[in-house]
Amino acid sequence: MGTYLIKRFGAMIPLLFGITLISFIVIHLAPGEPTDLATEFNPKASVQAKQQLRELYGLNKPLHVQYFDWLQRVVKFDFGRSFSPDRRLVIDKINERIWITIGINTISLFIIVLIAIPLGVFSATYQYSMFDKISTVIVFLGFAVPTFWLALLLMILFGVNLGWLPISGLKSIDYDNMTFIGKMLDLGRHIVLPLFVSVFGGFAGLSRYSRSNMLEVIRQDYITTARSKGLEERTVIGKHALRNALLPVITILGFSLPGLIGGSVIFETIFAIPGMGQLFYMAVMSRDYPVIMGELVIGAFLTLVGNLIADISYALADPRIRL
Amino acid sequence: MMKHRLVAVFAVLILLMGSGACRKENKSALSPSQEGKVYEPEYGDTLIEGSIGDASTLLPHIASDSASHEIADLIYNGLVRYNKDLIIEGVLADSWKVSEDGLTITFNLRKNVKWHDGVPFTSKDVMFTYKLMIDPKTPTAYSGDFLRVKKAEAPDDYTFKVTYDKPFAPALITWSTWILPAHLLEGKDISNVEFGRNPVGTGPYKFKEWKTGEKIVIVSNNDYFEGRPYISRVIYRIIPDNQTMFLELQAGGVDEMGLTPLQYSRQTDTPPFRNNFQKFRYPSFGYTFLGFNLKDEKFKDKKIRHAISYAVNKKEIIDGVNLSLATESVGPYRSDMWANNPNVNKYPYNPEKSKLLFAEAGWKDSDGDGLLEKNGKKFEFTIITNQGNSMRARTAEIIQKNLKDVGINVKIRIVEWAAFLKDFIHKKNFEAIILGWSIPIEPDLYDVWHSSKTGPDELNFISFSNPEVDKLLEAGRSTFNLEERKKAYGRIQEILADEQPYVFLFVPDSLPAISARFKNIKPEPAGINYNFIKWFVPKELQKFTEMTP
Repeated sequence: MGTYLIKRFGAMIPLLFGITLISFIVIHLAPGEPTDLATEFNPKASVQAKQQLRELYGLNKPLHVQYFDWLQRVVKFDFGRSFSPDRRLVIDKINERIWITIGINTISLFIIVLIAIPLGVFSATYQYSMFDKISTVIVFLGFAVPTFWLALLLMILFGVNLGWLPISGLKSIDYDNMTFIGKMLDLGRHIVLPLFVSVFGGFAGLSRYSRSNMLEVIRQDYITTARSKGLEERTVIGKHALRNALLPVITILGFSLPGLIGGSVIFETIFAIPGMGQLFYMAVMSRDYPVIMGELVIGAFLTLVGNLIADISYALADPRIRL
Repeated sequence: MMKHRLVAVFAVLILLMGSGACRKENKSALSPSQEGKVYEPEYGDTLIEGSIGDASTLLPHIASDSASHEIADLIYNGLVRYNKDLIIEGVLADSWKVSEDGLTITFNLRKNVKWHDGVPFTSKDVMFTYKLMIDPKTPTAYSGDFLRVKKAEAPDDYTFKVTYDKPFAPALITWSTWILPAHLLEGKDISNVEFGRNPVGTGPYKFKEWKTGEKIVIVSNNDYFEGRPYISRVIYRIIPDNQTMFLELQAGGVDEMGLTPLQYSRQTDTPPFRNNFQKFRYPSFGYTFLGFNLKDEKFKDKKIRHAISYAVNKKEIIDGVNLSLATESVGPYRSDMWANNPNVNKYPYNPEKSKLLFAEAGWKDSDGDGLLEKNGKKFEFTIITNQGNSMRARTAEIIQKNLKDVGINVKIRIVEWAAFLKDFIHKKNFEAIILGWSIPIEPDLYDVWHSSKTGPDELNFISFSNPEVDKLLEAGRSTFNLEERKKAYGRIQEILADEQPYVFLFVPDSLPAISARFKNIKPEPAGINYNFIKWFVPKELQKFTEMTP
């Protein structure tokens, strides 16, 4: 196990290096530069001013030099300053948003797991029952309904017509003057709709996975054996079948780790949530290279870690697998 | 808020909507409940304005987005500004004098003005701002007009004097730029992040807090030299989605936003909306055009450009794209501006005449497929426009249909903004484009129409070149005499109308909706925001009462 971990971490370094290199090249391939957007179409911006801006950002250097400059800083965990006019530290820009995104995504993932797995398991156990059919319809509705449309309908109903819930944002205007409990309630009220939309759109995949895994497992010989031993159906399903059926789910959860920091642009835009998706989108649109790279590195790192965690927990959960 | 600064004049092409304003047809539909009742001005309450984007920095000289400039306009002052009738008046300058030869402007600065931190404002601050603007290390896009200054002097604390090489008519309004506090910024790195996130100005509102992507809060400056603003707090709420913002408006989460034509004409005509909101409508400071690449063989012949102008049905565009909430445009100014010349050639929709002109230029439908040919080649071209502006895309579609009717095949291509600039505009790699310009209150058009401005980074990207226009542009900017300027710009408009390098399409209307509890909003040529500090909410209607500004 120890050597395995060392090997895996060792392999991550060149992989991470490769990812950053390719990302760096790809984002520079897109036409346009941050300086274009600041100065273009602006009669008051002289050609020299533009040149100065390029030098300021180091854009006049050859691409490989820019990459190594960037790499040298990143190994020291310095992601540099944003190219946008505010010139803030990339790490600050990410830091003020990432927790919002992680928070919402974690809660939403938690709820999804809580709903999707039992739903899948029950659907499989009672295959073709009324419950199975209804849950299948709901699951596919969740798959098919566009986020923005559902969100708008809910906002109109609960926000405008009924006036029960706030429409967008995470906090009320007078949030700062509230008591602690008031603040928690306020956050909670704001987060109901976004969570509902995100769970509704997200639980389809996991529940279908656990359903099909379960279906596969209950047809296995050892389940027949367990039944013929005279075990109760609850024990058969809950203990023997469920454990095996959930193994692939671990992998899927491992994969969703990087997803925790990646927000959806549409979702965040419609609910006016200042999360990572918007930051990334705006950074790409304005060719804010340091911010793009910062997000990509964190995302790549989390993906690799997620895979590793999935593999390890797989080994822990399934005695047949040895690392 | 008071949008009419020269610096902002051209800068923003993407978001023409929501800027500026005018008189003419201010159908300010005040709700019936308000009419007739006179309210006493009262201090207090909060105005929440919806904003699509977050500000980038509140050091506005290095920002180019409208959100940053709008908020900066309430925090800082310039020496001068445009008043409600678009005439230049003093703000931090009590008065000014232009010397006989038009080379020197002497500003007498207002005394007893204090920065938000209590330090007195003096000519040192003006000098500092000027030096900052011309410092090559300042990443500003607005240094151009300041670099024309030959000499700047501050003989005493309340006098500031600038001398130019030659008379430069737009010089005065250059000094509407936001004046920065020398005592806080002197000797510091201007990309100094802290100041841009925590600004100190002399304006009617003081900065309070900024939550990235969420809101920016400013509170009234009770010692403001033009009087304490009635509204105690202004909050810019960042809501990136227009639909969401519109729902927030209806639910009371936002007090002011710019409506889309669809919202204005179809979704706000309900009794609850009419009781709770006041809608305004006035022409904005911008126009949309179809521009031809004059380096392209197809468009070299003036007759062809005339033919296309006759074929384009502006009324159909305005009705279809703007739901009639726009005015036809024939030139680069708004019809209520002093520089505007109404007596220019116009090209009313006339497809028959268009076909005739094409035929005269040798383009005929010889093989009967409904499309025009000349020497076996069809008349085809592509209109490009930028992504993210559905109005321009729809305008392109109507033009496509209009031109199909006279036998021309038009393709439409929509390109992401950064790539649009770099690969198409920059390299002049286009046949025709649909874009918008802001309409400058100061009528100087040098940067867009002078033949020297056709470089890769410059604004005359259609390569328009006319010696007479060049001469008139130079004449127009080098005299302060209004009559002479009027003559020069009048003639320029005649030539542009005759040459039709652009098909000038329309001036969209600004369509703000504001909660009915805010009183004393009066549309003028400058729009509605010129008297923002005089807006108020009567005591009994105030919504946010616990306030400690």
